Amino acid sequence: MSLIDSVSLPRSIRLPRVDGLVQWIVPLAIIAIWQVASITGFVPTRVLPAPSDVALAGWKLLLSGELVRNIWVSFWRASTGFLIGGSIGFAFGLANGLSQLSARLTDTTLQMVRNVPHLALIPLVILWFGIDESAKLFLVALGVFFPIYLNTLHGIRTVDPQLIEMGRIYGMSDGELFRRVIFPGALPSIFVGIRFALGIMWLTLIVAETIAASSGLGYMAMQAREFMLIDVVVLSILIYALLGKLADSASRVLERLTLSWHPAFQKR
Amino acid sequence: MQTALRTSLAETERASRANFAPTSRVLREERPAPISGLPLGIRALRKSYGDNEVLRGIDLHIAAGQFVAIVGKSGCGKSTLLRLIAGLEKVDAGSVSFGDAVKPEDIRVMFQEPRLLPWARVLSNVEVGLGRDRASSDAHLRAEKALTEVGLADKREQWPSVLSGGQKQRVALARALVSRPRVLAFDEPLGALDALTRISMQRLLERVWRDQGFTAILVTHDVSEAVALADRVLVIEDGRIAHDVTVNVARPRERGSVELASLEGSILSHLLSADDRT
Repeated sequence: MSLIDSVSLPRSIRLPRVDGLVQWIVPLAIIAIWQVASITGFVPTRVLPAPSDVALAGWKLLLSGELVRNIWVSFWRASTGFLIGGSIGFAFGLANGLSQLSARLTDTTLQMVRNVPHLALIPLVILWFGIDESAKLFLVALGVFFPIYLNTLHGIRTVDPQLIEMGRIYGMSDGELFRRVIFPGALPSIFVGIRFALGIMWLTLIVAETIAASSGLGYMAMQAREFMLIDVVVLSILIYALLGKLADSASRVLERLTLSWHPAFQKR
Repeated sequence: MQTALRTSLAETERASRANFAPTSRVLREERPAPISGLPLGIRALRKSYGDNEVLRGIDLHIAAGQFVAIVGKSGCGKSTLLRLIAGLEKVDAGSVSFGDAVKPEDIRVMFQEPRLLPWARVLSNVEVGLGRDRASSDAHLRAEKALTEVGLADKREQWPSVLSGGQKQRVALARALVSRPRVLAFDEPLGALDALTRISMQRLLERVWRDQGFTAILVTHDVSEAVALADRVLVIEDGRIAHDVTVNVARPRERGSVELASLEGSILSHLLSADDRT
C-alpha cells in the first residue's frame, strides 16, 4: 500500500507545454557552440564557416535582391506543386474512399506507380520538360500526391461505421453525411498526409533545383559551390530548414483550428 | 456489506428523486400536449443471417404508449428484433407495422454506445436528431429544450469528449427525444454505465417516457432493469417469444421491493432453466 502511495504516477499523458521559446533553446545553443568553435579555429572555416559569416553572406545577398528572388521562386514552385499534386491526391482519395467502383478502377494502378521512387523519374522529366518550371512542378506534384492520396483514402475508410449508421438513421442525405460525418472523421488522417507531403515537397524541390534549374535556392547553392562560396551553401541549407519549419508550423496551426474537438488538441 | 450497499443505493435514489422532482414539474408546465405513442404489430417475423436463423416466427402486439422490455441470453435474437422494429435491417418474412403512417422522425433508436459526433458541440449533436427539420428556424430552441429535459443545458457548448459516459448517453437520449418520436427503441442503452449512473439513467428514462407518452421498447440483459421499468417483459429464447410477463406494479416503483424481486426471480429462473435443458 505504502509502496503505491510513494510512487507518484503521471495523472495523464500530456503533450509537453511548449512556452514558445523553449523549442528554440537547442538550435540557438548549437549556433553558439558553432560560432565559438569557428572563432577558436577548432573547425576550419573552409569546412564550415562561422555563423556570423553565413549571416553576413545572407545580408549581402539580401541587399542585392538575389536572396529574396531565389526564395520567392522556390516558394512559388513548392506551393504550386503542392497545390496541384495535393488536390489531385485528395480528389482520388475521396473518390476511391467513397466509391467501390472508382477504387477498383484506379487503386491498383496508383499503388503500382507509388512504388516507383518519384526522384527516379528526374532523367525522364528533364527529357520531357527540359529544365523548365514545369519539370519542377511535375516532380513536386508527383511527390506530394501519394501521401495525401493514401491518407485521405485511409481516413475515409476508417470513419466509425457506427457513426455512419447513426447519420443514416437520423435521415442525413449523402451530401450531409459526407459534410457532417465522413469528412470531419477523415480530417485527422488527411492532416497526417499533409504533413508528410510537406516534407516530401521540400525534399523533391531541393533535389530538382540542384540538378536542373536556373533559379531558386537549390540553384543558388550549386552556383555557390562552383565558386567555392561555402558560406552561401550553408546559408541555403539553413534557409531550407527554416522554410520546412515554417510549412510545418502552418499545418499545425491549421490542424489546431480545425481539430479543436479532438482530445489531443484541447487546451487543458 | 450487502446491506450497506443497498442503503447507500437507496439514499442516492432518494437524493436523485429529490433533484429531479422540481425540474420535472417546471418542465411539465411549459410542455406541449403529450404526443401519442404508436401501437406496434409484428406478425410471423423471421430473420436469418446465412444459415443462422435468428428469429423463427415472432408474433407480437404492443399497445400504444406501453413500455416493453425484451430480455434473453446473448445471441437469442433480441437485438435483431429491435433492429427490425427500427427498420435498420430488412425483414426476411412476416411484417412489422405501426398503427399509423409513420415518418422517419417518429421512430428513434438509442444504442449502447452514445454515437455522438466528436467534432460537433453537444447542442449540434442534439440537433442531428431533428432529422429533416434540422434546417428549420426553431432547431436551436428545440435542441436546447431537449437538453434541458435530460438536465444538461449547461453543457451545450462542450465537446462530447469532455463528458462522462453517463452524460454522453444523456446527450444521446436528448438527440433521440428532440424529434418527439412516437416509438423509441433502446438497445441496451445503459449497458456500459456504472451501477449508480445506471439507476439515475433508469429514472430519467422512466420520467421522459411518462412525460412524453411514446411507445418504449427496451432490449436489456439486466432482468432487474427490465422489471423496474417495463409494463411487460418478453423473454426471448431461440428466436421465439418464450414468456410474456406483465409487470403489474404501481409507479413510482420502489427498487428492491419484494414484488419486483420475486418477478425478477421468476424470470431469471425461466432463463436459467432454459440453460439446463440444453
